[in-house]
Amino acid sequence: MTDESAAAGRMLPGAQQWLARRRQDVGLRQYVVYVAAVLIFGLFAVILRDDGFLTASNLLNIGRQAAPIAVMAVGMAFALAAAEIDLSVGSVTALSSLAAAEAVGSYGFVAGAAVALAVGAGIGLVNGVIAVKVRIPSFLVTLGMLGIVSGIARNMNNLQSLPIRNDTFLAVFGAGSVGPISSLLIWTVVVGVIGHLVLHQLRWGRHVLSVGADRSAAAALGINTDRIRITALMTSAAAASFAGVLLAGRLAIGRHDLGENLLLTVIAAVVIGGTNLFGGRASVAGAIAGSVVMAMLNNGLILMGLRVADQLIARGVIIILAVALSMREQKET
Amino acid sequence: MTGAAGTSALEVEGLCKSFRAVRALDHVALSLHYGRVTALLGDNGAGKSTLVKCISGVYAPDAGVVKVDGTVQAVASPEAARSLGIETVHQTLAVIDPLDVVENLFLNREHTRGGRFGAWLGVLDKKRMRAESGEILGRLDIRIPSLRRSMSALSGGQRQAVAIGRAAAWGQQIVLLDEPAAALGVEQAARVLDLIRSLRDAGVAVLLITHNMDRVTEVCDRAVVLRQGRKTAEVDVGEVTKDDLVAYITGARTGGPDT
Repeated sequence: MTDESAAAGRMLPGAQQWLARRRQDVGLRQYVVYVAAVLIFGLFAVILRDDGFLTASNLLNIGRQAAPIAVMAVGMAFALAAAEIDLSVGSVTALSSLAAAEAVGSYGFVAGAAVALAVGAGIGLVNGVIAVKVRIPSFLVTLGMLGIVSGIARNMNNLQSLPIRNDTFLAVFGAGSVGPISSLLIWTVVVGVIGHLVLHQLRWGRHVLSVGADRSAAAALGINTDRIRITALMTSAAAASFAGVLLAGRLAIGRHDLGENLLLTVIAAVVIGGTNLFGGRASVAGAIAGSVVMAMLNNGLILMGLRVADQLIARGVIIILAVALSMREQKET
Repeated sequence: MTGAAGTSALEVEGLCKSFRAVRALDHVALSLHYGRVTALLGDNGAGKSTLVKCISGVYAPDAGVVKVDGTVQAVASPEAARSLGIETVHQTLAVIDPLDVVENLFLNREHTRGGRFGAWLGVLDKKRMRAESGEILGRLDIRIPSLRRSMSALSGGQRQAVAIGRAAAWGQQIVLLDEPAAALGVEQAARVLDLIRSLRDAGVAVLLITHNMDRVTEVCDRAVVLRQGRKTAEVDVGEVTKDDLVAYITGARTGGPDT
């Protein structure tokens, strides 16, 4: 023990005990993401102050970019919590934006969202059933599904964007706001609150964690692990669909590549947020905070004037570093 | 509820289980009685854990029947076993590390609130489960620093105590214990024996797998010995010495009245 920490121990024995207990019970990684969010925000606020980082319109922009990432991240948190992974999410988001655009044109705004969600849940069901019944690891099943869904999305409207002209849809799922609060922000909060409650207050949420932590123990206690794994993958795909609805609402189009490149960003957001990449632990609030971190990083890199190629490199490096840091914390506990 | 002490709780007849070419269980018969503790003995690989897993629904036996209260039952899954009143403490304990003590005690037995809709949705009644957990552990005299600690923060003995407490709490009729005191210190092992006695006194039929002959003579009424997948002896513990038991386990001797 160093002199400093010994001194801290004398000053704050209660706080230290509390910290030690928290560390033992849940690990401190849960809080890392919030510290990171504040630090990155402060850093960009200083070095990018002349580039408009702190302007209201830019902060709003970060929020708009974070929304679909956050919605996908909440779903992904459940897949990871169950010790599965869903690599098809970006392609599901894209296909769902097209499905929503198509259905809105013919049947109205409720149908738009419903069809998109059904597409996602259906793809998740196929992912889950193949992973569970054919016993193929979900990362392989969903990697294959990524290709299939991307191909379908490309075929659907011949690589053209499909415009959405339903004002209600656009107001509810993207451009609209309640008072000063963007509907995207509201949806993100709604998804976050639901996700948090499901994880902590519903039997299913606890069973997802149990299956992810120790599948054979969960099975020995009579939990239907197949059903849990399938529904966890359905959750991640359905959330990805809803992100597609939000992207379609914001941009007023459905397109084959909307959200397609968000996969790595989403996984990074979830893992930085304290969810264990290998199951058993998840944090919905952390996943949302992680999404804000990723959106800020994206935005900051653009404001720094990096070219697209350099942004890609910088983002890749940052993601690996961030995930490595949070994984190190996870291994300790 | 349990039947009268001494009446048959569970009977296993002609149980066979093979893993590829290995015959793990070869026509094994076993009976457990209410209010009695039966030891299941045998060397490593004798088939003890396999037998427990066949009774608790983890493995499907290749042949043979399991009777509960004299009725043939298909124990097709752990859930089926649990609903028949058969609770098991596996060697691995089957506790979920990231969940807390209450959640582990009630895993897949959760109380819900909010009426039928709440039950359908699975809305957890945490308050009730916490209160009942306190009662369960108190009744069994299991001391855990806090019910809200996650399992990963508990010591090996405490984890074992929670796993046994869970089986004792839900095992209204039959409790199978696969080496429940293997990793415990002297004092904690004594607590486990007390727990087993209190289960027995409550009329529960207990099966205890152990390698420790002292525990057999201390709490068990009968002992069944497996060797290479077959039952080689079944004896009243009061009528044999520890050396006799060891001789049965090593195969130096076979027999007993029922074999």
